[in-house]
Amino acid sequence: MALLEDFSVGLFFWQLLLFIVLLLVLRKYAWKPILGAVEEREQSIEDSLASAEKAREEMQRLQSDNERILAEARAERDAILKEAREIKDKMINDAKSEAGSQAEKIIANAKEQIQNEKMAAVTDLKNQVAEMSIEIAELVLGKELSAEGKQGALVKEQLDQFKLN
Amino acid sequence: MQIKRFGFFAFLFALSLTAYAGDGHDSHENHEAHGEKSIKEQIKEVKEHHLKDSHSFHLWGDHAKGNSVEFPLPIILWDGQLHFFWSSEFHHNANAVVESKGSHFRLYHSKIYKTEADGEIIYDEDHHALNEKPIDFSITKTVFSTILVGLLMFWMFRSIAKRYTKDLVPRGLSKFIEPLIILVRDDIARPNIGEKNYKRYMPYLLTVFFFIWIANLIGQTPLGINITGNIAVTFGLALITFFITQFSGKKDYWAHIFWMPGVPYLMRLVLMPIEILGLFVKPFSLMIRLYANILAGHTVIISIIGLIFVFGAWGAKGAFFGLTFFLSIIELLVAFLQAYIFTMLSALYFGSAVEEHDEHH
Repeated sequence: MALLEDFSVGLFFWQLLLFIVLLLVLRKYAWKPILGAVEEREQSIEDSLASAEKAREEMQRLQSDNERILAEARAERDAILKEAREIKDKMINDAKSEAGSQAEKIIANAKEQIQNEKMAAVTDLKNQVAEMSIEIAELVLGKELSAEGKQGALVKEQLDQFKLN
Repeated sequence: MQIKRFGFFAFLFALSLTAYAGDGHDSHENHEAHGEKSIKEQIKEVKEHHLKDSHSFHLWGDHAKGNSVEFPLPIILWDGQLHFFWSSEFHHNANAVVESKGSHFRLYHSKIYKTEADGEIIYDEDHHALNEKPIDFSITKTVFSTILVGLLMFWMFRSIAKRYTKDLVPRGLSKFIEPLIILVRDDIARPNIGEKNYKRYMPYLLTVFFFIWIANLIGQTPLGINITGNIAVTFGLALITFFITQFSGKKDYWAHIFWMPGVPYLMRLVLMPIEILGLFVKPFSLMIRLYANILAGHTVIISIIGLIFVFGAWGAKGAFFGLTFFLSIIELLVAFLQAYIFTMLSALYFGSAVEEHDEHH
């Protein structure tokens, strides 16, 4: 059989020896570091991807938080504005009603005062009229005493004078 | 299974070519009468020489014309005592006999025989030499090439490993090699052996994959090296796979071989010898597949290169040049595929050895 005839024991021996030496040497000096490095890198890639994903989630969470806070702030602002507006309206209304009542009061006061003044003036006038009547009466009485004819003229003159008052 | 088919096809093709060459040899008998070897005769010789291992490293030129350029390799023989000399000594003496420690050796048809001082070879009726053969531990061309492959691999993978200690990013050579390492790990080891055990087998699988691939590729160079086309080489590789498989065999593995669970007792008796045979057939198939594929590839390529010289017409020369080119490219593919298949099947066997079955067949 040609196959067995071609079989070389020496070649087989060297081949086995060389291959096993190569296997042991490469295992120690090449495959271990290479496979280790490849695995380490794969691990680091995996880790980086995972942490990137985590960061993305965190970011999303923060963003939604921000949005929530923003929405809350906006709502609060709206509420505050609304409240302020209400207060303003109320104040204006209050002021308006107060002013109204105040004005009424002042007007009433003024009216009363006017009334009082008027009353006082009327009283004063009455008094003056009375006084003047007395004076006129005195004068009339005095003149009557001097000249009967002149008494009427005098009264008339005095009355014309007082009419202007 | 494309490869098997291709291997088979290539083998048939090579057979038909050798048959053709044989026919030619008969019709050109008259050429030999003139003392000149016919072209077909020469091609046949070159082919046989190439496919066989050699005791010196022949680069180019012709032995017979005396212009051959080659360098000698050490011869190491054992016949009860150790003999050591250089292969160039065979050419120094007229009858090509080397004397060492009182014994005489002669190189005949790339084998070393023990002879008397006159170097006579005694033949039987089939023209086979009957002389005693010492055990030949020579550093032959194949052994030398294997050492070269080993050194190349060490240099390559050591430099990659060193690079990784500095920086985890692959650069330069590692950029090319790393995908192959990942291929062996993720496509061969992991699916076939399993996530739990695959790491133990990675050094062997990687070494065997790159060794076969690089050896196959070196076989494609014009240096005429043929490492993996030697049955002794593939036998060595298959033997290691065999031993690793048996030594990593768990209880389940042996149970499946000797006492198949889950089948009737009579069937177990029938299955046992088949399974035991299977133990040896598996590595045997590894050995033959690689050997035959590479040998067939080399045979086909050399035969077709030979045909360029056989045909006189320029058209035919061009056609065979094209065919050689085409087949060389296919051989590059085969070089990779054979390495892949050997590694793949080794991983499969390791996987079956460490597998833990849940009993339901």
